[in-house]
Amino acid sequence: MDKKEKIDAIIAKFKGKRGATIPLLQELQEVEGYLERETISYVAAETGIKIADMYGVATFYSMFRLKPQGRHIIKVCKGTACHVSGATAIFHAIQGHLDLTDVEDTTSDGKYTLMEVACLGCCSLAPVMMIDEDTHGKLTPDSVGKILDRYE
Amino acid sequence: MEIKVGLASCGLAAGAGEIYKAIENYLAGKEIDVTLKKTACIGMCFAEPIFEITTDDGKSITYGRVTAEEVGSIIESCLKKEPLLEKAILSPDFECPENENLGSQTRIVLRNAGHIDPESIDEYLANDGYKALEKVIKTMKQEEVIKVIKDSGLRGRGGAGFSTGLKWQFAYQNESDKKYVICNADEGDPGAFMDKGILEGDPHSVIEGMLICAFAIGADEGYVYCRAEYPLAVRHLKKAIADAEERGIIGENIMGTDFNFSLHIKEGAGAFVCGEETALIGSIEGKRGMPNLRPPFPAKSGLWGKPTNNNNVETYANIAWIILNGAEEYRKFGLETCPGTKAFALAGKIRNSGLIEVPMGTTLRNVIYGVGGGMKFDKPFKAVQLGGPSGGCIPEHLIDTPVEYESILKTGAIMGSGGMVVMDTDTCMIDIARFFLNFTQNESCGKCTFCRIGTKRMLEILNRITSGEGKMEDIDTLDKLAHQIIDTSLCGLGKSAPNPVLTTIKYFREEYIAHIVEKRCPAGVCTALLKYTIDAAKCIGCTVCARKCPVDAISGTVKQVHVIDQDKCIKCGACYEACRFDAVKKV
Ligand SMILES: Cc1cc2nc3c(=O)[nH]c(=O)nc-3n(C[C@H](O)[C@H](O)[C@H](O)COP(=O)(O)O)c2cc1C
Ligand code: FES
Repeated sequence: MDKKEKIDAIIAKFKGKRGATIPLLQELQEVEGYLERETISYVAAETGIKIADMYGVATFYSMFRLKPQGRHIIKVCKGTACHVSGATAIFHAIQGHLDLTDVEDTTSDGKYTLMEVACLGCCSLAPVMMIDEDTHGKLTPDSVGKILDRYE
Repeated sequence: MEIKVGLASCGLAAGAGEIYKAIENYLAGKEIDVTLKKTACIGMCFAEPIFEITTDDGKSITYGRVTAEEVGSIIESCLKKEPLLEKAILSPDFECPENENLGSQTRIVLRNAGHIDPESIDEYLANDGYKALEKVIKTMKQEEVIKVIKDSGLRGRGGAGFSTGLKWQFAYQNESDKKYVICNADEGDPGAFMDKGILEGDPHSVIEGMLICAFAIGADEGYVYCRAEYPLAVRHLKKAIADAEERGIIGENIMGTDFNFSLHIKEGAGAFVCGEETALIGSIEGKRGMPNLRPPFPAKSGLWGKPTNNNNVETYANIAWIILNGAEEYRKFGLETCPGTKAFALAGKIRNSGLIEVPMGTTLRNVIYGVGGGMKFDKPFKAVQLGGPSGGCIPEHLIDTPVEYESILKTGAIMGSGGMVVMDTDTCMIDIARFFLNFTQNESCGKCTFCRIGTKRMLEILNRITSGEGKMEDIDTLDKLAHQIIDTSLCGLGKSAPNPVLTTIKYFREEYIAHIVEKRCPAGVCTALLKYTIDAAKCIGCTVCARKCPVDAISGTVKQVHVIDQDKCIKCGACYEACRFDAVKKV
């Protein structure tokens, strides 16, 4: 399926259903990894959901992204257990390893996007990060680089 | 013989997948009678990866921290009835290190977690699954069900501790052509993972609780609102719903009666405030999750304006047990004012971190030093954080407080949903207060001015204090802002956001003063007040610190004294941990 077909299939699934805005945007985001402006306008025209309502939702919930993201998503846990076990140092070590500053979250080669989350529910293995679907625990500032380098 | 491997998210992160494969490989081609099964988390997350072996004579041993290489010899030893006990953690039949601590739990909501395969409806059915539902819909009246739940004294486990029976009664009494039940599985408190453990480990118990509630209040449709960060819980829940539908447990004319019920999952999109029930309802309706004024309570006007009952995951997981065993049996556990048990997620600087369940009213001391096994490192206990961003830090001298809504409230913290983060003297209390305020400030939906701006002002003050620029009057300003936010916020987020600050000021005032007056962080956490240096007299030039430094801030060659470039240093402490000659100093 090309991109338009995918988007049309998602529209068909949710069109006219009540309470559909959030799951609709969740599935749309899976197509490109983020919500493109053109996609939102197109979906608005097709479904009758207002653009303002879609942006209202997209900017309220932290899961929605309005910018392109890297091939791998790194979610560093900054929950309580991870915080007391040194999550800040882990975050800085990753930033250092990927040459990211405080204002950038995606590497210039488009390989990684670095984000924070509050608790991945694996607090016993703190500090923890999730790369795509894999959870890595018991991190140390010098172990994160090796883990990152395993991803292509 | 039977082997069960814990394959919940904590186990998988610790390598349980490889252990499962190693066992499969070991068994392949051998003529031995062993059944290999999957289960979820038994709660001993600290010892993952874990598997349990039950021998043919009915004896069982739980092994932890196992490696793929050790799998073969352990299985062999159990087959010979001379089990190796070196990696054994818990067993009803053999002497094991955690028998006394972890063996002392009372498990009602976690009755099946870590024992059954959560993806198998047959295993749930074999363990009295859906018997309570059958009893309810075939032999009981709606009022009778509500009476049992009221008599049991069960109080909501989502934090506020409101009587579950009463809540059901209100939803029952409000007449309507349509009613809903909701299960709140948003579990937003960082450091809490009880609901995740239940959903990953025993999803049917939650579904059964929801079905019973739906019958009691007269609803025919339900939603589970599940946090986005819990993909495995969502997967298990989806499978459980599909299986229950196939067996006629969810759907039309359930078990041949005229009771109908359909159940959907809504995945959250990442907003802490959506745990608040009116915001959650807004989110299911597809809107921004902003809390609304109550009354009207959801029992009167909830989802799409219809009477709705919302309970927490753990609350629902109690229901089937209560129906089957009776209210009186349930009241044998816990306290008169607060019967039953409570699941806690133990984390932080505690030895046995993981998921546990104890009777209500157990003291914090017994949880931390009993089941929890005491402190993880040799640093002494400093405080325990309860209730997440809405809670507070309870200090050492109150460690004999019983865990129960009213007693915990008296300390200034709240019981919350069950996250307990244990802290030792390496934790800075101002940093913790700042951490939580940063969280609530980020998560405030922005509707109420004081919650939106007041938390920001408080955070700025805390940032100032932790960077050594605090003033003594800051403490009073924090206190004043805190009370204004509490008084003027609409929902629990704002009303409780100042708690972490207030409790730390109350119990750890001298630490605030050390930061403000002496410009010193006694725990050695606040990086602005801290510098790492290398003691030239002790450094032998082994280069370990330079190699460990993630930002190449340490220079020096072999056998020469090393130097830390303070401009590059991110103060992660990696060199401090790595130096074997005590040459790196924290000043
Ligand atoms: C900011 C905020 C966050 C909340 N988060 C949760 C949550 O994650 N899970 C939960 O069950 N209840 C949460 N609650 C409490 C719910 O509003 C509600 O009281 C609860 O789900 C009722 O269920 P119970 O009676 O079974 O406890 C939260 C409340 C507030 C104010
Ligand atoms: S605090 Fe990091 S996984 Fe829970």
